Amino acid sequence: MIKAVMVINTQGKPRLAKFFEYLPLEKQQELIRNVFGVLCSRPENVSNFVDAESIFGPDSRIVYKHLATLYFIFVFDSSENELAMLDLIQVLVETLDRCFKNVCELDIVFNYSKIHTILDDIICGGQVLETRSTEILRAVEEISKLEAAPNAITLIPKSASGWLSR
Amino acid sequence: MGSQGGFYQSKEFLDLVKSIGEARSKAEEDRIVLGEIETLKRRISDPDIPKRKMKEYIIRLVYVEMLGHDASFGYIHAVKMTHDDSLLVKRTGYLAVTLFLNEDHDLIILIVNTIQKDLKSDNYLVVCTALNAVCKLINEETIPALLPLVVDLLAHPKEAVRKKAIMALHRFYQKSPSSVSHLVSNFRKRLCDNDPGVMGATLCPLFELITIDVNSYKDLVMSFVSILKQVTERRLPKAYDYHQMPAPFIQIKLLKILALLGSGDKQASENMYTVVGDIFRKCDSSSNIGNAVLYECICCVSSIYPNPKLLESAADAISRFLKSDSHNLKYMGIDALGRLIKISPEIAEQHQLAVIDCLEDPDDTLKRKTFELLYKMTKSTNVEVIVDRMIDYMISINDNHYKTEIASRCVELAEQFAPSNQWFIQTMNKVFAHAGDLVNTKVAHNLMRLIAEGFGEEDDTADSQLRSSAVESYLHILGEPKLPSVFLQVICWVLGEYGTADGRYSASYITGKLCDVAEAYSDDETVKAYAVTALMKIYAIEIAAGRKVDMLPECQALMEEFLASHSTDLQQRAYELQAVIGLDAHAVESIMPSDASCEDIEVDKALSFLNGYIQDSIEKGAQPYIPESERSGMLNISNFRNQDHHEASSHGLRFEAYELPKQTVQSRIPPASLASTELVPVSEPMYVRESYQTTIVPSASSDAGSTELKLRLDGVQKKWGRQTHSPATSTSSSTSQKTVNGITQVDGSNTSNSRTRETYDSRKQHVEVTPEKQKLAASLFGGSSKSEKKPATGHKIPKPSSHVVEKSHARKSSMEIASEKKASFQQPPDLLDFGEPTVKSAAPSVDPFKELEGLLEPTTQVASDENHGSTAAAATKSPDIMGLYTETHAGTYDKDDSDILSGLSNPPVTNMFGGTTSMQVAQSSKGPNLKDALEKDALVRQMGVTPTSPNPNLFKDLFG
Repeated sequence: MIKAVMVINTQGKPRLAKFFEYLPLEKQQELIRNVFGVLCSRPENVSNFVDAESIFGPDSRIVYKHLATLYFIFVFDSSENELAMLDLIQVLVETLDRCFKNVCELDIVFNYSKIHTILDDIICGGQVLETRSTEILRAVEEISKLEAAPNAITLIPKSASGWLSR
Repeated sequence: MGSQGGFYQSKEFLDLVKSIGEARSKAEEDRIVLGEIETLKRRISDPDIPKRKMKEYIIRLVYVEMLGHDASFGYIHAVKMTHDDSLLVKRTGYLAVTLFLNEDHDLIILIVNTIQKDLKSDNYLVVCTALNAVCKLINEETIPALLPLVVDLLAHPKEAVRKKAIMALHRFYQKSPSSVSHLVSNFRKRLCDNDPGVMGATLCPLFELITIDVNSYKDLVMSFVSILKQVTERRLPKAYDYHQMPAPFIQIKLLKILALLGSGDKQASENMYTVVGDIFRKCDSSSNIGNAVLYECICCVSSIYPNPKLLESAADAISRFLKSDSHNLKYMGIDALGRLIKISPEIAEQHQLAVIDCLEDPDDTLKRKTFELLYKMTKSTNVEVIVDRMIDYMISINDNHYKTEIASRCVELAEQFAPSNQWFIQTMNKVFAHAGDLVNTKVAHNLMRLIAEGFGEEDDTADSQLRSSAVESYLHILGEPKLPSVFLQVICWVLGEYGTADGRYSASYITGKLCDVAEAYSDDETVKAYAVTALMKIYAIEIAAGRKVDMLPECQALMEEFLASHSTDLQQRAYELQAVIGLDAHAVESIMPSDASCEDIEVDKALSFLNGYIQDSIEKGAQPYIPESERSGMLNISNFRNQDHHEASSHGLRFEAYELPKQTVQSRIPPASLASTELVPVSEPMYVRESYQTTIVPSASSDAGSTELKLRLDGVQKKWGRQTHSPATSTSSSTSQKTVNGITQVDGSNTSNSRTRETYDSRKQHVEVTPEKQKLAASLFGGSSKSEKKPATGHKIPKPSSHVVEKSHARKSSMEIASEKKASFQQPPDLLDFGEPTVKSAAPSVDPFKELEGLLEPTTQVASDENHGSTAAAATKSPDIMGLYTETHAGTYDKDDSDILSGLSNPPVTNMFGGTTSMQVAQSSKGPNLKDALEKDALVRQMGVTPTSPNPNLFKDLFG
């Protein structure tokens, strides 16, 4: 299963962190720091895989992708395939890109909750749930529509929600 | 699509993010974030904030927490938001809650109800959101509340909901397999879902289930194969294509499942060959995802029953991976090769060069993977190369975790495949020298044993060659600066055992070297202790050989220093060394037989060597030891105490019914004033016991003690209630206990009792006997009582009939001895309160009982017969209420032992038994049995027991 998803910028600032098993706050910070420490010391043009047992304990690997100013990092165990995880990062990034048109670091910072929504659609409880970015986008759009609707916040009564769903 | 806005964010939040982004130092960032927290704290508690604002505040809180600052003050607000009717607010609430809380957080209970409601909602978006939360927040206890709802959702018309419901159910299974085991069939059913996405999701839980129990899913092989076939034939909707591959993620999962199902099952495997072969052919190896599928195919092929054609395709794919320029593919290739060589070892050869390239690659990940492969490939023919490579790499890295791992691998390979002893020792030296203290001390002990025992063949010359080559290399290595402690210990040990064995080096040369070590590493007591013991061995060998021993001046200086060392361990070793040097050849020979480190030590657990001493004492009028089973006048404090403290210690759920509060008797009658006879109606106890034992585990003899007390109180109980127990009770009881044992001080000071109480709490666990409790105790204390018992009983004056000579493995028994010895060192601090001198004075050679009785006499007329537990009646004049307990069952004695040892900090008790222990030990080390003691001790040292001053093993035993 997937243990964590992180997005860290090249300066080591976390932009997104989602742990699928609960970890105390300090531990999360420590892990983020350690992961960044490992990644930033890796040379260019090497593999996207890192052995993470010294950071996350036995049976854990990291796959990361360095895009522009960001590291996208997935931490997972041996029940996943490294190359497939690399493509899952690709799915995430493609989805973000479609969502924000030329996604950049700022989009991720400013749309914090939206990113979480997208991620929740892709991964659920540590398992890969959806890999079609069109499908993910549709779900996100549906929620965005609600938000865009005037007075959406106060005016969606329970009776109307039934109408929305079908 | 693609709108920048969408999710509402205020200018304030943007500003916050910007200012954090621009912060030039961590301190500045912290300052900004702390300011933000203050603002949020203020605003969030305002009851009238509009929901839209509130939503944003919560997002800001999440953000703040991601940056590592505590936002717990806002958790409750996030929980409140989940209750909201508006979907957007609710979503934000759920998002925040899943990020903030763990499944055991107190606030979860407030959310469960909301989740229940939301799972029933008409709006599938609400349901999905709730299911997301379910995956993260539900623990074993709350599963039943949601399980039916989630199961219903498996049939929801929306596939998005069905998918998430499967994931939630899977999560339940992970949290608590038993609670959903009856629903596992649902996963099978969903495998046939119309929607491929749902089917794909089902593969996740099925994969896990199959991993646990392959055999119950063999029937699904054909289904999986046909699904995989359909997927590869592009029968799924176009939408599932990813980079021109049909549903690759589903393919990968299916291949993983097939690998499990086909493992070692020829019949099942045969069904898979065609489809796997198809994938090999169709797979697009130009895309990343195509290679992912290919890799999974290789894994599958190497796991299922081998098929030559498939193996060939797999080998082809591997060579393509290895030849690729991509490091990722090389990595996968190396990994795949590692899997395949288990089946066909010969394919490794054609990739030799590629593997060597990977070994020299600058990419660390790839290098490590390659070492893993090499580790798997090691044979006796290539072990030298591989281990040398590994050691070189080990020297070059700084990552301690990996260094440790690779060091242990080197050791393992070297032990398994070493071509020669010489090489083995050299290799171990390198590993120790470079990985030093990262190496497990076990490895060091293994090495020592190996040198001592040789390689198992009955070839003495080879063994002694091995030893002398070890000695030689160590003498050489000692010249290097700054060696790791573990390595030095090995060196000292080997030099001590075998330094002079082959006659090439003189004793004075070796001792000189050892002294150098002790001086050079003067801050490492363990090394110093090893050095001293090594010196002692060298001298012992010299003396035994009839040569005259001349201590080097530097050695003498060193001994002077150690004799005054702060470390009692070092001190003792130094004194022993002195003592050994003063002995004659014959004595030394029996204390320290040369090259006997591998001999088994016979531990005379019954302490039969004390028989003569005991005989003497009895002749002088001491009372004989009465075995527990025959004792009747013994009261069990611990039980009694247990009752007293029961409430305090068991705050959790109690599973057994409350017993009648026996202790009330005590509180009713102030101990000092009561005449003990009054309290001891002889006939009653019997009756009590019967009734009592029905409720409590019958076998525990200790219960009997408490029973009596309890009976007495029958009528009183309701009036007095439990809270009346006063500390006075415990005081008196402990006092009386002491006298009963006839061992020590009768002062029974109250101060110490308060300390006693705490430790008694833990003891209770052993005594109150429901199986649940025992389990709990076992888990809490790691069965400490059991292990404790051994050394304690060892010290008891044994029944002469029970000579148990235990022949255990040398190492083990020596540990025991060591711990016994330590126990005596431990005592003094605890004893202070109680007049340590008493114990001390009792120790040497004078009959301890006698002396103690003497001490008792002034205060009380405790007759000696009562002391030794003859019977209850004798108690008449004992102090306080002790008469009350004299009646109690003797069997409790044993229980006490273990309990007492488990709490060394427990002063009065330690006194009682600890007193005994130290006396016995004192006898053995200072009394007439000096020789025996030395001998034993010598053996301990010889076995290479780590001589750190506070023996860690002892504490491990004692405290679980």
